[in-house]
Amino acid sequence: MTDQPPIGHLLDADVLGEAAASSKPGTAEYVLEAVDIHKRYGRNEVLRGVSFGVHRGDVKAVLGPSGSGKSTMLRCLALLEPVDAGEVRLEGRRIGVRETSGRLAALPERVLAKERSEIGMVFQRFNLFPHLTALGNVMIGLTEVRGKSKGEAREIAQTMLARVGLAQRASSYVSELSGGQQQRVAIARALVMNPKVMLFDEPTSALDPELVGEVLAVMEELAREGMTMVVVTHEIGFAKRVADRVIMIDAGAIIEDAPPDQFFGNPQQERTRKFLDAVQ
Amino acid sequence: MDFKPSVFFEALTSPAFIDGVKVTITLTVVAMAFGLALGLLIAILRSSPWAPVRTAAWAYIWIFRAIPTLVQLLFVWDGLPQLFPTFRGDWFSAFLAASIALSMNEAAYAAEVFRGGLLSIDEGQRLAARALGMSPARVFSKVIAPQLIRVTIPPLSNDFITMLKITSLASIISLQELLARTQTLVASTFRFVEYYSAAALYYLVVVSIFMIIQAQIERRFVWMSRPSAGMSAIGRVRQFAALR
Repeated sequence: MTDQPPIGHLLDADVLGEAAASSKPGTAEYVLEAVDIHKRYGRNEVLRGVSFGVHRGDVKAVLGPSGSGKSTMLRCLALLEPVDAGEVRLEGRRIGVRETSGRLAALPERVLAKERSEIGMVFQRFNLFPHLTALGNVMIGLTEVRGKSKGEAREIAQTMLARVGLAQRASSYVSELSGGQQQRVAIARALVMNPKVMLFDEPTSALDPELVGEVLAVMEELAREGMTMVVVTHEIGFAKRVADRVIMIDAGAIIEDAPPDQFFGNPQQERTRKFLDAVQ
Repeated sequence: MDFKPSVFFEALTSPAFIDGVKVTITLTVVAMAFGLALGLLIAILRSSPWAPVRTAAWAYIWIFRAIPTLVQLLFVWDGLPQLFPTFRGDWFSAFLAASIALSMNEAAYAAEVFRGGLLSIDEGQRLAARALGMSPARVFSKVIAPQLIRVTIPPLSNDFITMLKITSLASIISLQELLARTQTLVASTFRFVEYYSAAALYYLVVVSIFMIIQAQIERRFVWMSRPSAGMSAIGRVRQFAALR
């Protein structure tokens, strides 16, 4: 079973030198912070003032029923959707907007792109590029965003693929990989950019049950090595084992934010209790 | 049966015919190149955030698909010089007029093909590319374009073959392409069958060569590490479905 993720070091100073170097505690209270985020699509208010922060090296699990705004929140944090009000802060610095003579304006797409490259995003449906091999998918951010040479990018990407247990599948195209392998490639594609934080949008929801474990194993390894993570998930077991804090979102607002023991053992909100009863 | 093989073979090898074929192929390639470029632009403008731009792109497609190609050709060739004296100069050749008319016509059809292609690409592709931090130009050239080419090769190949045949309309405006040459030779010999058969054979050969090129291009867009040449038809359909 060469395709199983190895128990090793997903984060390595060689590959993630920048992130490791900047991970001194105390440089900012939160790595990623949402401050009173509002988002609406037409008349539908999807996020009604969401605030929370993630400390460096922490894993935040986000639970909630479908349609509660979890995915929208992640897209706002990844700067893929502009917020209507509120702030997204990365290491204490407000991102996604610029201030010119006291007025706030959305950044042009080209500048936003730079800021996005500091945040890793993993999607429910993998969204790998089908015209590229596994290696090509991991390389593309390095060559097209970081401006690295093909040779250098290939070397880094190869190492990262090995870390998610897919060294043997580097030359496989996306259609030749299982769902679990595709999601591990997607994780490698995001990791290789040295993100300051990794966002996961239901990373195992589109997988066959027997493939969930290999993806969760990679994510747990990542968490153990100190990656800051926000994980929208329905995997209660993963949240209990790995998360430092668990958030419950309902109808576009955070209704519970607690350490896993308290969240699962003694939830304060009736809504949370009902949700947990339904999914467990 | 009155068919003289010697006349037929003489027609096939006559320099006038070969010159006509060259003009036909050149016009096809030029009209397709400009038509595809303009068509892609119009397809992109059709999803512009500004309503007037969207409407203009829609109107272009509406007008140039509705009016017969022959009318467009005559309008450019005869109409433009009447409207603007500058087009009365010698520089405004029949080849140039045909290139303009046919590429503007092709752009309307190609725009719809590209629009369909763009709609067929999963929104998650653009999302993932943006999330990586790629600039809008890179998102298009490195992620969207390769997938767009793949899905638009078959319909655009159709357009290419249609264009090759539509160039014969330019014989009306005295462009010396394959059909015009044929008609000149027919007029002086009254050997209809031999000359039209020779012309038909040339069209057939050019289209066949193009189909071989198309197959080569499509093979480059299979995106499999294993060659799929020996695969069953069902296997291919399944893989095609899996890729989408």
